[in-house]
Amino acid sequence: MKYLFLLYAPEGPPEDPDDVEYAETYRAWAQTLAEMSEAGVLIDCAPLRPVSSATTVRVRDGRTLLTDGPAAEVREQVGGYTLVECDDLDEALRWASRIPSARTGWVEVRPVLPTRAPTP
Amino acid sequence: MASVTRLVGDLATAEDAVQDACLAAVQQWPVQGVPANPRAWLISVARHKALDAVRRDARRGRRELVAAREAPTDGAGGPGTADTDPPTGSVGTGAGTAADELALIFMCCHPALEPSVRVALTLRAVCGLATAEIAAVFLVPEATMAKRLTRAKRKIRDAGIALRMPEPPALAERLDAVLRVVYLVFTEGHKASAGDTLVRADLCDRAVELARCLRTLLPDEPEVAGLLALLLLTDARRAARVDPNGDLVLLEEQDRRLWRRDAIAEGEALLEAALRAGRPGPYQLHAAIAACHSTAARADDTDWRQIALLYAELLRHEPSPVVEANRAVAVAMAGDLDAGLRILDSLGGQERLRRWPALHLARADLLRRAGRHAEAAQAYRAARGLGLTPAEQRFVERRLGRLGS
Repeated sequence: MKYLFLLYAPEGPPEDPDDVEYAETYRAWAQTLAEMSEAGVLIDCAPLRPVSSATTVRVRDGRTLLTDGPAAEVREQVGGYTLVECDDLDEALRWASRIPSARTGWVEVRPVLPTRAPTP
Repeated sequence: MASVTRLVGDLATAEDAVQDACLAAVQQWPVQGVPANPRAWLISVARHKALDAVRRDARRGRRELVAAREAPTDGAGGPGTADTDPPTGSVGTGAGTAADELALIFMCCHPALEPSVRVALTLRAVCGLATAEIAAVFLVPEATMAKRLTRAKRKIRDAGIALRMPEPPALAERLDAVLRVVYLVFTEGHKASAGDTLVRADLCDRAVELARCLRTLLPDEPEVAGLLALLLLTDARRAARVDPNGDLVLLEEQDRRLWRRDAIAEGEALLEAALRAGRPGPYQLHAAIAACHSTAARADDTDWRQIALLYAELLRHEPSPVVEANRAVAVAMAGDLDAGLRILDSLGGQERLRRWPALHLARADLLRRAGRHAEAAQAYRAARGLGLTPAEQRFVERRLGRLGS
């Protein structure tokens, strides 16, 4: 069963790669991702660019409306995602709790509805 | 229910199947006679009904997960003929059933489910209460409860909450959630939060059954034994807790001859065995406190000093104002009324706790014992103004009457 982890965190200033805390977080991420790969659960994982780069699309009455920024202006935004394949929720939750974002923000674990997506 | 759910992995399908099986029994048994092992027969039929349902769903391409589980379990036997066949082989026999039962309890008490629905779901799926009965417990319309249960079952299915025991790293935490649910079922029965009856005997019985079942399945967990001991020791006083008018009888005024000695003896033995493991926890401590009461032949013989110590220890596990208020009463009853009142007054300093009727009731009682009758009456009136159950209200009126106000 596939689960999508939505990684929420308060969006702050861009991280400084020389910062000690950044290095620590980076190491924790590398470790967790390595373990996920090792266990064969990891499908995909990536951070997102800040919401300032987001564009929201709505189509109403055949007209496409574009707005600059996220759909909702809230403090915590999705800052990244992880897609995993797990046997059940408990396994997914175990992995989610090891994601560094769970310590600073939170991880929303969403089961993916299995569908046959059209292949390109 | 448990073994069918394990098979199909979906509570809703299993529930329907069990109902169908019962219906089949009602139709067939009077004609064909009751099978040698009715329970096994029911399980077998329910499993086949469930597999039929799963196949129907699978054909519609809706539940790939469930369909995947179906294949290896069911061999050549066609569902059509199997319905009337007597069960064979492993169905409903031996240790498998107990493990299924335990897995079902853990599933219903999963922390990913909203806490109040865990209790409802356990009552439904494990204890077999009807939705209407559960609705009555929670004081909501049946339709509301049905909706809540459906939502919970859907979450179990969609989120992939597995029907199996959690693995050791998560077990302790998950067990806490399970024990909590069993305890809530009991307290809901022991002191019905609303309504006019003080004890809902059926819920108390269910909780004791659940705890007993857990104890059998997890014999090495001292907190499980502690919970069962606590329920037995508390439940032993059931007959003495309510007088013929349905009014609450306080512990010290209870006729101790009505206490069930067998339940007390069992509870005490369980507690002793649990404590020997050297891993104390809140349920063992609560049980130890209950045992202090049950071993006292008369209310005056109660070892309040020991109870105060146990509450102090309990505070380390469960730092809550409820525990602190109970400790205050124990300290007062052990001889130091002023110290007890001081603890209660410091709790009353918090705005939120001032709206808690039990705090005023405890204070009123200590003031009454201290001979400060006017203040006691005032505290009883304060409690009365905060919303009491009808039985509590009658109790307060009697107390006020005796205080002459």
